[in-house]
Amino acid sequence: MEKFTTLTAIAAPLPLANVDTDKIIPARFLKTIRRSGLGVHLFDTLRYDENGAERPDFVLNQAPYRQAQILIAHENFGCGSSREHAPWALLDFGIRAVIAPDFADIFYNNCFKNGILPIRLPRAVCDALIEDARQGDNARLTIDLAREVVVRPNGEEIAFEIDPFRKHLLLHGLDDIGQTMAHAGAIDAFERNRAAVQPWLPKTTLA
Amino acid sequence: MSGPRTLFDKIWDAHVVERLPDGTCLLYIDRHLVHEVTSPQAFEGLRAAGRRVRRPEATIAVADHNVPTSDRSRGIAEPESRLQVETLEQNVAEFGVPYFPVLDERQGIVHIIGPEQGLSLPGTTIVCGDSHTSTHGALGALAFGIGTSEVEHVLATETLLQKRAKNMRIEVAGQAPAGTTAKDIVLAIIGKIGTAGGTGHVIEFTGDAIRALDMAGRMTVCNMAIEAGARAGLIAPDDTTFDWIKGRPYAPEGADFEAAVRYWRTLPTDPGAAYDRTVTLDAATIAPMVTWGTSPERVAPITGAVPDPAAEPDPAKRAEIARMLTYMGLTPGQKLAEIPIDVVFIGSCTNGRIEDIRAAAAIARGRRVAAGVRALVVPGSGLVKKQAEAEGLDRILTEAGFEWREPGCSMCLGMNPDKLSPGQRAASTSNRNFEGRQGPGGRTHLLSPAMAAAAAIAGHLVDAREFA
Repeated sequence: MEKFTTLTAIAAPLPLANVDTDKIIPARFLKTIRRSGLGVHLFDTLRYDENGAERPDFVLNQAPYRQAQILIAHENFGCGSSREHAPWALLDFGIRAVIAPDFADIFYNNCFKNGILPIRLPRAVCDALIEDARQGDNARLTIDLAREVVVRPNGEEIAFEIDPFRKHLLLHGLDDIGQTMAHAGAIDAFERNRAAVQPWLPKTTLA
Repeated sequence: MSGPRTLFDKIWDAHVVERLPDGTCLLYIDRHLVHEVTSPQAFEGLRAAGRRVRRPEATIAVADHNVPTSDRSRGIAEPESRLQVETLEQNVAEFGVPYFPVLDERQGIVHIIGPEQGLSLPGTTIVCGDSHTSTHGALGALAFGIGTSEVEHVLATETLLQKRAKNMRIEVAGQAPAGTTAKDIVLAIIGKIGTAGGTGHVIEFTGDAIRALDMAGRMTVCNMAIEAGARAGLIAPDDTTFDWIKGRPYAPEGADFEAAVRYWRTLPTDPGAAYDRTVTLDAATIAPMVTWGTSPERVAPITGAVPDPAAEPDPAKRAEIARMLTYMGLTPGQKLAEIPIDVVFIGSCTNGRIEDIRAAAAIARGRRVAAGVRALVVPGSGLVKKQAEAEGLDRILTEAGFEWREPGCSMCLGMNPDKLSPGQRAASTSNRNFEGRQGPGGRTHLLSPAMAAAAAIAGHLVDAREFA
């Protein structure tokens, strides 16, 4: 996983609430066995018409926002399915951070596993950042994860909060399986105890 | 930990392997259900890191999303779908994970077969790379959907790194009127609290109307907890649960079963335990429900009408509703019971159990599907199909003009040949009415199996109580 430290980039405004994961990446594109290559299908139905041509009014089809690495949206971003294809598609397009008032739980969690930083900020702040983002090429936001701030084009700093453990993994690009493997002894002990206390828990290997 | 605890607290506490300084917990996972769509990259990750599956005996795999629901003896025609299923088959063979093959009668939708086989049990933790894992909470298990990176984490370590969710109680008090089903109850709940109403919470469903539901109904309710944004849904296990589990293929037997029930009886929430949030609904006021928008929270009683966006004070919501009506091809004030439909889909992890098929057949018996309507009935598993056929339900349905299909996710999500064409309108027993969910440009109305069967007969959305 690529680490996330600071990012200065173009932000794309997407002032929609309840952007579901089917909207981020429709199910017909989930038939892949790889993580990469989904960026071209990101927001497929919003981005392309029935004939596959770009819709010029969609933000990511407009000149400065094709290079966007930050996305700003409204409430409940990423609701619906657990598909990690949603953050994979965002990442493959180039998005490294999503700012919204709140996120659906599974999507929020999935972002961290892929080096994407989801930032929760109040709706009014999101709307102010969306106004910044509408300035296109002239308005770049800076995100400093170590300091937990978003810096607006006018220099104003906006603080956000993030779990210390998730921040640590993201700052250092750490694989959390490797972290958990360090607790193998505790898992072994837990399993031995569980087998002793609840020996009736069925095994899938025995019909 | 002392003091009164909720059902969620008890299951959580019993599965904490270690607590990290910031409160993140290493949570032990008892059961891992694996399907073909969200697992290939996880197995690839294990392979790349030289890791093995820690406990194959805690894991079960099945293909459901991509499988055609017509004759499967000739395999899967669509190359990408076939590759995904073949990749699962290679992975389970390489890593030693138990698997129900596509032609095995135990194959079916992952959330139907876990409970059906007795693999989903009270007091356990259950995960799957699928948001509708919340279904298994109906048995009193802490069950939730995870992404592919977490699938890999569970395969490698049998644990997950998790922050404890908050406790939410949704009490459905009183008795549901005749003709109001579990699907109507859960749609009414989502309509009340919204699709983000449960975010950050595990919802425990309580109250007389929940207790009165059979296990199929309880699974329908918990299945859609995720549509309310909840991390998981839970219903306290009781004699209905224990009777249902007893005798299932993998369930404990004899003295083991008795020991398990003794433990399971300790799980329900203690008197006086605190919930962070409580919401109450009166079951008596819940009518058969149908969605009119492109979010499950956009729902109304079948006796109602399409809302007028002009009546919405919040400009952002007004724009959202207007956008939904354009997509759905509906006009404000239009009566819901007059909306014509093209397709009926009865099935999915929400409503693909034998009880759901019985409800549809009870409406279909002696009637005919309206001209121009395509109506599919897709059993949730091979065993549901077998049971329905033993009861003669397939004949009742096919004589009425319904298609009787092979088990799978089918038209719930447009990953297999069953999908809507642009502009087609479906009455669907599935769980999501998002834009394009059932196929690009497809329009979805969510409702119960009885309501779906009645719509098939009428050719338009209709109050199923008129068919009783």
